[in-house]
Amino acid sequence: MLYDVTLSVRYAYALSAAAARMHLRMMPGNGPAQRLVSGLLQADPAPAFRRDRVDFFGNALTEMAYDAPLDTVDFRFTGRIRRDDLPKELDLSCALADMRRELAEVPSLAPDAPHHFLGASDRVVPVPSITAFSRGITRLDQPVLTVVEAISRALHEEITFDPTATDVTTDPATAFANRRGVCQDISHIMIAALRGIGIPAGYVSGFLRTEPPEGQPRLAGADAMHAWVRAWCGNEVGWIEIDPTNDMRVGADHISVAIGRDYADVAPVKGSLRSSGFHSTRHSVDVIPVEERTPVEAVGRSSTD
Amino acid sequence: MGETGAVTPARKAPLDHYLPPKGVADELLRPDGTLRPVWKPMIDHLAGRNPDQVNQDFARGDLYLQDAGVYYRQYTGDESALRDWPLSHIPVIIGETEWSKLAEGIAQRAELLERTMADLYGPATLVKRGILPPQLVARNPEWLRPMVGIKPRSDHYLHFLAFEIGRSPDGSWLVLGDRTQAPSGAGFALENRMATLRVFNDLYQETNVHRLAAFFRTFRDRLTQLRGPEQGQVAILTPGQNTDTYFEHAYIARYLGFLLLESEDLVSVDGKLMVRTISGLEPVSVLWRRLDSRFADPLELDESSALGTPGMVGTLRSGAVTMLNCLGSGVLEARALMAFMPRISEALMGERLKLPNIATWWCGQASERAYVGENLERMMIGPALSTQLPFEIDSSTALGGRFRDNARGPVRDWLDKNGGALVGQQAVTLSTTPAMIDGKLMPRPMVVRVFAARTKDGWTVMPGGYARIGRTEDPTALAMQSGGSVADVWVVSDAPVSTETLSGQQPGPFIRRMPGRLPARAADNLFWLGRYVERADFTARTLRAYHLRLEDNGGTPMPVFDQLGRYLEGRGLYLAEPLPDLFLNLLERARGCASKVRDRFSDDGWYALDELEGAARDLAGAVDHGDATGRALSQLLRKLAGFAGLVNDNMFRFSGWRFMSMGRALERGVQISDLLAVFSASGAAQGSLDAALEIGDSVMTHRRRYSVETNRNTVVDLLALDPENPRSVIYQAGVLLDQQAKLPRPGKSSQLTEVGRRILRVHTDLSVATPEVLDSAALAKLADDLQAVSDAIHTQYMG
Repeated sequence: MLYDVTLSVRYAYALSAAAARMHLRMMPGNGPAQRLVSGLLQADPAPAFRRDRVDFFGNALTEMAYDAPLDTVDFRFTGRIRRDDLPKELDLSCALADMRRELAEVPSLAPDAPHHFLGASDRVVPVPSITAFSRGITRLDQPVLTVVEAISRALHEEITFDPTATDVTTDPATAFANRRGVCQDISHIMIAALRGIGIPAGYVSGFLRTEPPEGQPRLAGADAMHAWVRAWCGNEVGWIEIDPTNDMRVGADHISVAIGRDYADVAPVKGSLRSSGFHSTRHSVDVIPVEERTPVEAVGRSSTD
Repeated sequence: MGETGAVTPARKAPLDHYLPPKGVADELLRPDGTLRPVWKPMIDHLAGRNPDQVNQDFARGDLYLQDAGVYYRQYTGDESALRDWPLSHIPVIIGETEWSKLAEGIAQRAELLERTMADLYGPATLVKRGILPPQLVARNPEWLRPMVGIKPRSDHYLHFLAFEIGRSPDGSWLVLGDRTQAPSGAGFALENRMATLRVFNDLYQETNVHRLAAFFRTFRDRLTQLRGPEQGQVAILTPGQNTDTYFEHAYIARYLGFLLLESEDLVSVDGKLMVRTISGLEPVSVLWRRLDSRFADPLELDESSALGTPGMVGTLRSGAVTMLNCLGSGVLEARALMAFMPRISEALMGERLKLPNIATWWCGQASERAYVGENLERMMIGPALSTQLPFEIDSSTALGGRFRDNARGPVRDWLDKNGGALVGQQAVTLSTTPAMIDGKLMPRPMVVRVFAARTKDGWTVMPGGYARIGRTEDPTALAMQSGGSVADVWVVSDAPVSTETLSGQQPGPFIRRMPGRLPARAADNLFWLGRYVERADFTARTLRAYHLRLEDNGGTPMPVFDQLGRYLEGRGLYLAEPLPDLFLNLLERARGCASKVRDRFSDDGWYALDELEGAARDLAGAVDHGDATGRALSQLLRKLAGFAGLVNDNMFRFSGWRFMSMGRALERGVQISDLLAVFSASGAAQGSLDAALEIGDSVMTHRRRYSVETNRNTVVDLLALDPENPRSVIYQAGVLLDQQAKLPRPGKSSQLTEVGRRILRVHTDLSVATPEVLDSAALAKLADDLQAVSDAIHTQYMG
């Protein structure tokens, strides 16, 4: 499937913000089933300094800095992305009880190594109540993939999608205690639930197709940036991605932008202002399927990959 | 003791009570109880002094520390307080031969740590080859992912390290902890040396004690060499005055002559690291970081850090600055790494460790866990990634198979469940060294912190160090926070030692170095220090005028007394208390400003201010309204004058001094204008003019200078327009004009700046004014114009 994507983020400051500096992670990258065909990230006003690079986890990262005070600033990504479904694998994952041994067989600190995704991270520290929850619905002899899917299903049932219940800074323990939240909260809770029983888990930011195909329900989280979870299921299966907010495996309707240990690693705009007053943000996403008239295989791999 | 039983100053007397515990090594005595030769001169010296003399000797050292303002911050619960420096006067004495061997081991370890860090932030071969378990790195909060792949500009990650070492029962040295993050203590070692030198001056001169200055000189020169082609500043980055080692940061910055900066002084511009100075942004080339890595950059590292410079990591990525130690060096401090150091040494250096570290077992490995479980009684077990030292026992650790508070259940279960998060370390048995306790030498456990610095020829080890001495025989009570003390370390040679100082030995041609540009924040603090001190001075004079009239008045209110009361209360000085809170608050703020720029202050100036504030607080509750308060204020005014005198006499005429002078002049101008606007108004109470002269400290001058009684014109002339009166407004305008002309200008322009223009206008207006035209409205405008100068100074130099 080919999509045209627009992501706009606007910051408005009550007091002019002097000497702002920010890191943007708004540009999708390439993956096993995803290809960035074209993409442009712009800021208005234009920054005094800009540098594009990739971060530790391989995400596209744009640094910007302003030397003049800012009242408002608009960041806008526009691009075309090819996204295909991932083939459903057989569940060859190891038993949950064998995870320790599986991990020991990965002597690596590479960005994809599971070791980064097991300990506490900035936004997800171990939460005993969440660990107890995942222990309660799983067994050590179950295959890890089955465990991951069971936890996604249970959280989907347990937690009410409610954009008014939390904000961007809510920690997973609070959201879990209230049983309410949005994709960010649900993903953080699931990451805590997986790490709590020894399964490496990370956070994926991305987009959902805005309007569903004919006859299918609109997915929750399609109006803003979305988030879901990646889990490491042992050496045989490796990483899989799952969307607990919609309780579904990630497929052709999900476009991933950045991966990390939690939201702090992938926030679309991370900023620091030397003297900031109260500020407001607005953000909008459009993901529109493109009628394929001419093939675009000239860029990247063919769609049969 | 003595064969005759007579009371004689027997040579052995100092050692009468000295009985080291069994099973430990002792610094002073050999296992057979005989004195180690390096200690003989010290023991002979003590034997020749009577208790009074010893007390006097020790008092000299304490006095030095007091005068130098050496303190530390003690934390109890939520509170923290400054405490006297707990010097244990008897140094630890170590022979040169033994020390050389130790230093060799330290230098090897420093290089090993360098290579380990290069590997962890580079190819990670230690993990790939299975030498180091990946989770000990990946789960370590000090392993900073944004730093992975960044090569330091100097080619080296580590430049200044400390090692906590202790002596085991068999007499050999062990490393107990590597201090790679931002080690403190070198400055304290210097201060301990200065104090100990005052206690044992003659002995020190006679006994070939290695000096410390050469170590610091080499290091200082190295930092200067490390500047890149931009030839920018060398600076020390401190978390600020609230950190427990701020004193040391300020001290070492002054000692080495480097800028002392806080994160907010710095800004990243186009990938370069710049310091905001009074003449704009200047590049920083070398930054000695005394702030923990994670807090250094809220954008790329800990986002919750209130400290930090956004973009700092980027400046390292672009190779614009050399930082020591490089961000991320804290990863090397984790206890668990100790378990792997012998193998890492073989792998990265092809050498065995010359100096072993304390035996450590990571419990994530089955056989190690089993070993620790079988030997619980001689183990300390604690968090694997903790950076604490093995003798620092708290609620997260178990010693000898037991938790301190017994609240956690069996240690063995804990071990089985959380193995990967735990290490076992051999329980520490430290050597003892003499401490003078109640006039007797007593053996006390000790550890020594030694320091290593990178020079262009490799690592050099400071010949001395910083010893910590336990309060009791319990080695877990070593920390200052639990009442421990600190001591100097003497490395004693058989041959005479070089006695060079920091400035080196060779006389010859020299250049007069102008210090680096003044950071904007320091200028701001000095300017406001000047303003607050002057405002306090003016306020004290006004309060005194009020209180003295209270006494005179004998029941019938004098009109000017009421007017003074209204004037004061209109400025928030509520007169229910003899010394109003706002007045005390001014002194506190002055002290606060000074405390943020301690590196730019003489100790005497700082002390005068500190004392002033203390004296005001003491007086505040102790005096009654009226004459007593008047006298108290006179006393405080004399102290204020003392501070002003010290600053004027002792402070070099750098930009910092100019800002302070401008702050004082500006404040005085504003206050006098304001005072005159009220007290010379046509409707002012009777006696107002005399009160104004008194507050303006010009009563005598007026009597000499004018042949007539006080009238409005003579008072306004003297306090506003007389250029010879150091209290007049025009005199302040002259000071401002003079000082601002000597400040560095932005760019090379010789044009007047906005500040210059405004000052010149005030000065010109006053030069051509007569008392008649300076009515209350004109005086009020004058105060506003001066306030506008203050705003312009902020915009131009501190924005």
